[in-house]
Amino acid sequence: MPNSRLGKRSADVIVIGGGVMGCASAYRLSAEGLSVIVLERDEICAGASGRNAGGVRQSARDVRELPLAIYAVKNIWPTLGEELGVDTEYVQKGNLRLGRTEAHLEKLRMSVTENTEAGLDLLMVTGTEAREICPYMSEEVIGASWCPTDGYANPLLTTFGYYRRALDNKAIFITGITVTGLGKAGGALRKVYTDDGVFEADRVVLCAGYHSRAIANTVGIDIPVEREDEEVFVTEQLPPMFDQVLGTADADFYGHRTKHGSFLLGGVSGLQHFTSNHDGHPADAYTAPSLSRAIIGFFPVFADVKIIRSWSGHFDACADGVPVISNVEEVPGLTIACAFTGHGFGISPAVSLAIKELVTVGESRAIDVSELRYDRFRAKQ
Amino acid sequence: MPVIVREKAEKPFVPKPDDDLLVCRCEEVTKGDIREAVHAGLRTFGEVKRYSRVGMGLCQGQTCQRLVRHIIASELGIAIDGVGRVKGRAPMEPVIMKELALSRRDSKGVDDYAE
Ligand SMILES: Cc1cc2nc3c(=O)[nH]c(=O)nc-3n(C[C@H](O)[C@H](O)[C@H](O)COP(=O)(O)OP(=O)(O)OC[C@H]3O[C@@H](n4cnc5c(N)ncnc54)[C@H](O)[C@@H]3O)c2cc1C
Repeated sequence: MPNSRLGKRSADVIVIGGGVMGCASAYRLSAEGLSVIVLERDEICAGASGRNAGGVRQSARDVRELPLAIYAVKNIWPTLGEELGVDTEYVQKGNLRLGRTEAHLEKLRMSVTENTEAGLDLLMVTGTEAREICPYMSEEVIGASWCPTDGYANPLLTTFGYYRRALDNKAIFITGITVTGLGKAGGALRKVYTDDGVFEADRVVLCAGYHSRAIANTVGIDIPVEREDEEVFVTEQLPPMFDQVLGTADADFYGHRTKHGSFLLGGVSGLQHFTSNHDGHPADAYTAPSLSRAIIGFFPVFADVKIIRSWSGHFDACADGVPVISNVEEVPGLTIACAFTGHGFGISPAVSLAIKELVTVGESRAIDVSELRYDRFRAKQ
Repeated sequence: MPVIVREKAEKPFVPKPDDDLLVCRCEEVTKGDIREAVHAGLRTFGEVKRYSRVGMGLCQGQTCQRLVRHIIASELGIAIDGVGRVKGRAPMEPVIMKELALSRRDSKGVDDYAE
């Protein structure tokens, strides 16, 4: 039954999903003077945006999405806190991606070459040089990629910062409402169906994580994206040790020290597809032990550190590992931004700019997202 | 979760004399911090937690959970059930990383881990 308490049911733009992408898009679109309604199934910042590790990384990105990362780090992250009136806790002290074997180094060199050709400043360093940057790591590290302009920020405060600013701009957020489908009128998108009645808008921004697939399916569009699980844990507060963000060539774990003083450390066991209970956000029995072994292997100093909390989150894994940020030709009025494949937070300030331009002028001008179209997927043969 | 419509608060935030009251001892969050978070547009315990760190510390809100829910509900003028709850996170007690590293490597169960 439609609920009359919901008040206004039409807007210039409806945004589906109240994660960092939805909140940032609502902020930018409402700043243009457009009326915006955000529809969120759960609470604000309850999905991947409330569960990620906050890495703001350019290095080791696919070159198709690298322009978004470089743009965000150069032009938006340094002043975003001021713009949003929150402390985003942004720290830019570099990212070390570590290798212990010759095969690891080969992998790292390849990605450094690719990223360098695409215009990013980063380099390979030896094990000794890596230990000069971050003295706590094991002697087993024989080399690393080093990107001095990478960093991290607080995803919770960033997302809520966008949310608050969007509210200031008169955007309306409705939570606890589930979008069930989209509908066209006169050849263009017009209706957004929910479990609490129909909403109408000229433009719809779909950023509902992996759920975007089912929603886009209702107007005949399919994005090959599926759910993946990943876990993070938080240590006790520790004295300042180092500020670099860490990763490894084989993605054994990643993490960094937060402003709060605890370390955020995340990763997967490799068995998560088969061992996770896909209902809700359960932690998996294999992951924390596996992560602990990986971390202690690279950083023996963590062996006696206490873990205070852990959680799991899911993200929207794409068939080819990069997002879809695109208008949809068959469905005029629909803009899709999903399939971030576990690294969407760092680029979110730039993604929201691309979304704003896709919605308001029909194309992304400041940042090239032409490789991130919805219709790029092809069978192998 | 009930349906909640959020719009910018019309009235300015009004400080109260007991705003300095420490509610979450682990993360040093005061009553005023929680009231301000609600005024800024946060409407559930989960949101207030992610925004203010209340309940994220060593005891994971076991001490302050009731009080926090009460403050949010009274600030919003709604029943306490409308504020929602947050789940405790594993491990419920702090665990040393090398202890965790000792368990569960393969499908047979426990494996040994040499330091
Ligand atoms: C454990 C973990 C660690 C990560 N670490 C990093 C990192 O270090 N750096 C980085 O850059 N990225 C990281 N990521 C990825 C990052 O969190 C995501 O890419 C980013 O948060 C995506 O934002 P979003 O708004 O698209 O998704 P979400 O935050 O998931 O938001 C989507 C929202 O849509 C809502 N929704 C779904 N279906 C419906 C529906 N039918 N109707 C209405 N609403 C609906 C959901 O409830 C959700 O709130 C990590 C992710 C995880 C899980």
